[in-house]
This record gives sequence, C-alpha cells and structure tokens, in this order.
Amino acid sequence: MAETVAAPVLRRPPDRFRTVTALVAAAAPLVLVVIVVVLIRGSAPALHQFGLGFLVGQTWNPPIDSFGALPAIFGTVASSLISLAIALPVGIAVAVILAEPSHSSIRGVIGTGIELLAAIPSVVYGIWTLYVLSPWSYEHLEVPISDRLGFIGWLSQPATRSLFNASLVLAVMILPTLTAISRDVIRAVPRGMKENAVALGATWWETTWHVILPAARAGIFGATILALGRALGETIAVTMAIGNRYWIPQSIFEPAYTLASVIANEFTEATSTLHQAALIELGLVLILVTLVVNLVALLLVRSVSRETRLTA
Amino acid sequence: MNRTSRRSYTSFAWLGVMYLLTAFALIPLGLVLWFTVAKGLPPALHIEFYTNVFRPVGVPGAGIKQAIVGTLMLVGMASVMAIPAGILGGIYLAEYGLARWAGWVRLASDVLVGTPSIAVGLFVYAILVAPLHHFSGVSGSVALAVLMLPIVVRTTEGSVALIPNGLRESGLALGLPRWRVSLQLILPAAAPGVITGALLSVARASGETAPLLFTAFGNQLLSLDPTHAIQALPLTVYQYALTPYKSLQDQAWGAALVLVVMVLGINLVSRWVLRRQIALAGQL
Repeated sequence: MAETVAAPVLRRPPDRFRTVTALVAAAAPLVLVVIVVVLIRGSAPALHQFGLGFLVGQTWNPPIDSFGALPAIFGTVASSLISLAIALPVGIAVAVILAEPSHSSIRGVIGTGIELLAAIPSVVYGIWTLYVLSPWSYEHLEVPISDRLGFIGWLSQPATRSLFNASLVLAVMILPTLTAISRDVIRAVPRGMKENAVALGATWWETTWHVILPAARAGIFGATILALGRALGETIAVTMAIGNRYWIPQSIFEPAYTLASVIANEFTEATSTLHQAALIELGLVLILVTLVVNLVALLLVRSVSRETRLTA
Repeated sequence: MNRTSRRSYTSFAWLGVMYLLTAFALIPLGLVLWFTVAKGLPPALHIEFYTNVFRPVGVPGAGIKQAIVGTLMLVGMASVMAIPAGILGGIYLAEYGLARWAGWVRLASDVLVGTPSIAVGLFVYAILVAPLHHFSGVSGSVALAVLMLPIVVRTTEGSVALIPNGLRESGLALGLPRWRVSLQLILPAAAPGVITGALLSVARASGETAPLLFTAFGNQLLSLDPTHAIQALPLTVYQYALTPYKSLQDQAWGAALVLVVMVLGINLVSRWVLRRQIALAGQL
C-alpha cells in the first residue's frame, strides 16, 4: 500500500487578542457572581439563626439580637411603587414628545434637561429634599390633603420626613431612566404603522393613543420595570427623606424605612456578628430582588428592539 | 361644532397636556440647581473653603480641601482600574460580539449598571475592609471601579461598533494582526465615543455616596494615604447635611455646589466630545 502523504493543513494561528479581551470582559459577569456569593457568605449567621422567618419578622432590635426584614421590605416596595405611580404618566408624556419628529429645537432642550436630571448626584437630591422639598411638600401637599381626606386611614398623620416625600424625590430620580428607554422604544415603532394611521385620517392624538403607544406597550413596560429596579436600590436620597422609622406605617405620610437605608445607617455601628450578618442579609435580599427585576426588564426591552429590527 | 374639528381640538388639547407634563418634569431640575447655587454660593465664594480642612463648629475659616483631594484620589484610582479594563471588554464585545460568551458579558454588564450601589459597598467591605480591619481609600476606589466598569464596557462597545467595517477589512487585508487592527486602527477612530463613556463613568463615580460609607468611610483631616480612611465630596454633603449645626449645613450646600459643578461640567465636556465623534463618523 502506497504511503499517503497528508496534505498540509493551513491552520489559523490562535487569536490571542480574542482570548485576552474575552478574559478581561469576564470581569463583569465574574464581579456579579462574586458579589452574590460574598453576600450569601456574609449573611450566613443570620441565615442560620432566622431562616426564612427573617423575611416576615417585624422587629429590629440589635441589643437583643432580634431581626426581621418585613418593615424594610415593605418600605422599599411601597416607596418604589408610589414613585412609579407619580413618574409614569410624566415619563411617558416626555417620551412621546421627545420621540416626535417635529419641534427639534425644543426637543433638544428638553432632552438635555432630562439627561442632566440623571447626572445630578443622589446626595444632592438628598440635601435638596431634606431642606427644600420635604418642608414644602409637608405644608402644601401633606397637610391640606390629610385635612380634607384624613378620614381615609392611609392619608392621615402628615410628617415632614415620610414615605410620601421619599417617593416624590424617587420619582424625580427615576424619570430619566423611564423617559430615555420609553423614547427609544416609541421611536422603534415601525414608521409604516404611524403613516397608515395618518393616511386613514387619524389625528395626532388618535395615532399616538391607538397606534403608537399600544405598539410600544411591551417596551414601555420594560422601561417601567427597569425604573422600578433603580428605585428599589436608591439609597442616599431616600435615607435623607423617609424618616428612618422601623415599622410598617399605616399612612403614606408617616415615616418608614427601606432596605438600603437601614444598611446605610447601621452598618458601620453594627458591633455584634448577628447584627452585621442581618444587615448583609438585607443587602442580599435587595440585590436578589433588583437582579430579578433588572433581568425581566432587560429581556422585555431587548425582545422589543429585536422584533422591531426584524419588522422594520 | 362638527366631528372633524372636535377631533382635531381633542388632539390639540392632548398635545398641550403632554407639553405641560414635560414642563412639569423639568421643574425639579431648575429647583435643584437654583437652591444648590443660592445656598451653596455664599460658602463657596471664600477661598479658604478650598484651601482649608475641617474646623470645629464655631471656628471660622473651615474648608473642604480634604474632600476635594479625597474625591480626586478615589476617582483617579478607580479610573485606573476600570477604564482600561472596560475599554478592552468593550472592544471584545464589538469585535467578537456574536460569541455566546459576549452575550453573557453584555447581559451581566447591563445588570451590573442597575445593581444597588450600597450592595457593592457591602461587597467591598466584606472582601477588603473586614479582612484588613480598617477602612481605606483603596477599598473605596475598588467599589467605585465596580460601578464604572459596566458603563465603560457598554459605551466602548457602542462607539467601536459604529466604525465602518471597511476600515477593519483594509487593516486585515494589509496583513495586520487583529490586535493591531483593534488597538491602532479602530480604537483611535472610535476615540471620541470611548472618551465620552469614560467621562460619564467618572461623573457617575464622583457623585456616589452609598458605596463609600463603609469603604472610604470619611476623614475630617486631609489624608494622602490611600490605605487609610479618606474623605470624599458626597460623603461631606451627606454627613454635614444631617448635623444640627447651621455652619456645617452651609458647608454641605457649598460642597454640593462644588460637586454639581464638577459632575455637570464633566457631562457637558463629554457631550462636546461626542458631537465631534458624530461629525467624524460623517466623514468616514
């Protein structure tokens, strides 16, 4: 049998640049995983001591090592949802205006303004809320409302530092997220749909309300969830506004507490192992909730932009 | 009034409502800026405010030099850690973006952008502060770097992906290896966008308070040693604003003004750089 000579195979040299950059890029997923692992390990003593009861416990008493997260979870969720209720109509209105192809000079100014709103540091919102917004809101919103509607339990008992005032500043802070993503989603609605509506004689409002907004619904929902994630994790401005009382308030005008605020206020003063572990477990709860919320939102927003890429 | 004109009036009215809500959205921006300037300017007009450090309440001539220097150190160290890594990561996503691994990196970066900064502070405390038993500037800058990294990655990816494929192909056709094409051809062409992203991440890091609370911790005195507790502008605003002393509250407003000028200044510069990128992309 004749010996066969293997044909020389031209192999591409290994792409080392690809390997190196891929390794550097791994930093992002790696950090994310390590954060969660480190927080789970840090909260181990509290996890062992309280188990799932930690999530429904209502006391927070460091001297006797009794810890439950429910009031902080309640405050976090309540402040975020109220802020969304305030910010959502405004955010969608701004997004609709920004996505319009007309009035480009006014839109430029509005767009810049909203982006600057996102650039202002949290602590500056905090000091402004503490000395300006909260006293104003107490005098001109909380007291008049509770005077007239105080017979409704959750609109009574006005206080300067309250769940409501924290929600107000949160609404301002999440507005840019809500607006920027909603605007992109509205812009991604295929132009043909809008042109069809206009050709059929629909007015500007009929086109917007019956055609564009329904088409962008899933994406706007994604933007809303993403803004919810931002609101849940916001720390400093909320800590300076919410009043920091560890209880489940009966009224939105009463003080409350959030997961992030408890950590911010107590962590450096926590001396017992269990206290520190309980605070880290609050952080764990917070990061797991925001992870899930952000993932859902990102998948929603992405599925929308992929669809439009296929149809446009 | 006939049906058609009623419909057009309705439409016009709703357009008005939308513009009204938009105006309403911009009111807080004006108010925050106005009060920061009005309350922050009186303390910020004195030169001692920038050249002196903390003085006890009642002693005149107090300043925030320790905070300004501290913020520059913290953000500087964080930039050294996050910006080169972020740029390389962004290049990977743009150049090899179809790989499955790239999808995971992209998702993780987007999730990391939305991660509560206080949780990042807890994380860095657990890995760098607790084992070494003291607060440090280094740990603060690591926390800031974690927050900066995903911003740099995603903005770099965005601006590198804008560079036309022709440039890439001509480089490869001339026999350049991939790394030289990416770093010496594509990156310089994408520079304005990359710089914009880096500047935005610096602005974000300069304003962060929560991740510094239990890492850099704060320091009333000027410290140039990154292995010890260090002050930062946002920490100053937070700590002084919550004291009952009028003079410290005034300094908090002054520090807030310095912070806002710094952060908005960086933002405006980055916008200007980005506009040049768009002009440049038009020529390519």
